[in-house]
Amino acid sequence: MRPLRKFRYLTIITAATAAFSVSAQAETLRLLTWGGYAPQDVVEQFEKETGIEVKVTLSNNEDMISKLRATRGAGFDLAQPSQDRIVSAQADFNIYKPMDMSKIKTAQIIPSMLAATEKNTQFEGEVYGVPHVWGTSGLIVNRKAAATVKDYTDLCDDSLSGSVSYRLKRPTLIGFAFALGEDPFAAYGDTEKYQRILDKVEEKLVDCKSNVKAYWSGGDALLNLMRSGEVTAAMAWDAGGWKLNSENPEITFVAPASGALGWIDTFVLPRKTKAEDAAYKWINFVMQPEIAARITESAGNFTASQGSDDFVNDTLKAQFKESFPQADLDNINWYPPVPAGLEEMEGKVLDRVKAAK
Amino acid sequence: MSAGPGGSFSRTQYRLGFWLLLAPVVLWLGLLIILPHIDMVLVSLRERVASRQYEFSFSNYITFFAEPLYWNTFVRTAVMSIVATLLTLMIAFPVSFYIAKVLSGRPKMALFILCLIPFWVSELVRTYGWMILLRETGLISGALQWLGFIDQPVELLYNDAAIMVGLIYTSMLFMVVPLVTTLDSLDNSLIEAGYDLGGSSWHVMRSIVIPHAMPGIMSGCIVVFMLTLGNYLTPTLLGGKDSLWFTEQIYTQFITRFNWEQGAAFGILLLVLSSLIVWAGLKVTKQSFTRVMS
Repeated sequence: MRPLRKFRYLTIITAATAAFSVSAQAETLRLLTWGGYAPQDVVEQFEKETGIEVKVTLSNNEDMISKLRATRGAGFDLAQPSQDRIVSAQADFNIYKPMDMSKIKTAQIIPSMLAATEKNTQFEGEVYGVPHVWGTSGLIVNRKAAATVKDYTDLCDDSLSGSVSYRLKRPTLIGFAFALGEDPFAAYGDTEKYQRILDKVEEKLVDCKSNVKAYWSGGDALLNLMRSGEVTAAMAWDAGGWKLNSENPEITFVAPASGALGWIDTFVLPRKTKAEDAAYKWINFVMQPEIAARITESAGNFTASQGSDDFVNDTLKAQFKESFPQADLDNINWYPPVPAGLEEMEGKVLDRVKAAK
Repeated sequence: MSAGPGGSFSRTQYRLGFWLLLAPVVLWLGLLIILPHIDMVLVSLRERVASRQYEFSFSNYITFFAEPLYWNTFVRTAVMSIVATLLTLMIAFPVSFYIAKVLSGRPKMALFILCLIPFWVSELVRTYGWMILLRETGLISGALQWLGFIDQPVELLYNDAAIMVGLIYTSMLFMVVPLVTTLDSLDNSLIEAGYDLGGSSWHVMRSIVIPHAMPGIMSGCIVVFMLTLGNYLTPTLLGGKDSLWFTEQIYTQFITRFNWEQGAAFGILLLVLSSLIVWAGLKVTKQSFTRVMS
């Protein structure tokens, strides 16, 4: 049976090469993050300094949780979900591992943010998140064509028919709730009250539907709609607004009258991380002020790194100051942790809005 | 195992060969299709009662029938897929007939390859191509303004017609290939005989060409229908603010709502209901599945 014997050799060789390639692999850090949070030059410098290879996977909040849920917390060594989405995901799916704060150079991090994240990502007495990048969502407005837009509900103004865009996701529900004079965050613990607020928002969004050109889902698609002038006002992230502002001064990010929605993206260890040390090294590396400033330039958002603002270019600082006078900065509504179960209620509302004629 | 006496050895060898050849198919079906589906059924029969606690329940299936939104989405998706399939057939049939019966030699190959070329780029790129053409600041709107037919930009994107165009374009090839193959196998002398016996073009088409091409038509229709029903990209990108598509709903349940139980139930329902539609289609046209697929 020569063919069979040959086959056997082949198997042995294959198995041997496979085993060899695993052992020969250098240390790698598999990072699950957002676009712009791990720019190429930062990754290269880290690789040169530590010898650890970084593999970057771009993602978003829901996708990160879904990916980690599917593997029960394996496949990545470090992830970056927003701080309000950590506790519920941990409670439901057990996909994260507590942070060892002693391994983090906390002096590099703005104390108020560190404390806030520590509080919001605590589950059963353990801390899961360290703050990295923060920003807001609010309004991107073409000041020439849609000067009237000062708050989320202004998007429903008749003068803007067919030239408005927002996402059908939870930030839209929260933003409209605030603009309608409610405080959804205060109702997080009270399902009935929250449902009443959602009903009110649903009615408004269904009403507003004729104004919407398209519900955007990818950031780049929205930027294109704004660039071409097809959309003149949208609900979106601040960084996108500033990016457009650099191309066209007419367009910029506006903090809504009822308050921009503030988020903090964090560092979290997936439960089955295989390179914990490398993950801590990466966190401490990117939180250095100069490195953090480079991430700010690539992502368009500021970081929680103490003193990194001094290294950020003046354009972005000027754009930030213009969008956020002190009063608007104080008015930011920071997302508290989402209790499990709320997202199901919100999902039904979003579905009904989408289906409404 | 050394070489034994002729008879028994060759039989074992034959059996071994049979199982080895069958192994990839069995592994493929078992590991990638049957096992995941069994798991899907099990997941779909759970209900989350509290964090990390699940109970057996039919509630996910009940939701589908009780909430008109999901039910309507499915009906809408199925109806649009059927319409897209029929339109594809209507466009592809003359094309295939021309390729198979009218042309021969190089022009025939050339035309066939022309049908194939769009499939050398990915579906995403093709869909973005349509977006560039149809959007308000796009090519068609610009050309119409330049020609003076309209004086304001028109939005051709983000509606059901755009979805339909995208779907038909995506599935053309899958209709043309089986049609050309079956029409090729039709003996030309049968068509000539039909004319000699005094049949009109319409008559020849109806009683000779179409009955012969029926298995090809049905297999093309099944493939196109299934592809359209399961399409995710085209309806999501070209569709407007009230365009609902069932696969999009499944994606949303799995990825953005973290509701695997509901998503799995939808997935199973999609499989069952689409199989029923195909079965009904075969019954109505009196075709058997084995004949269509051979």
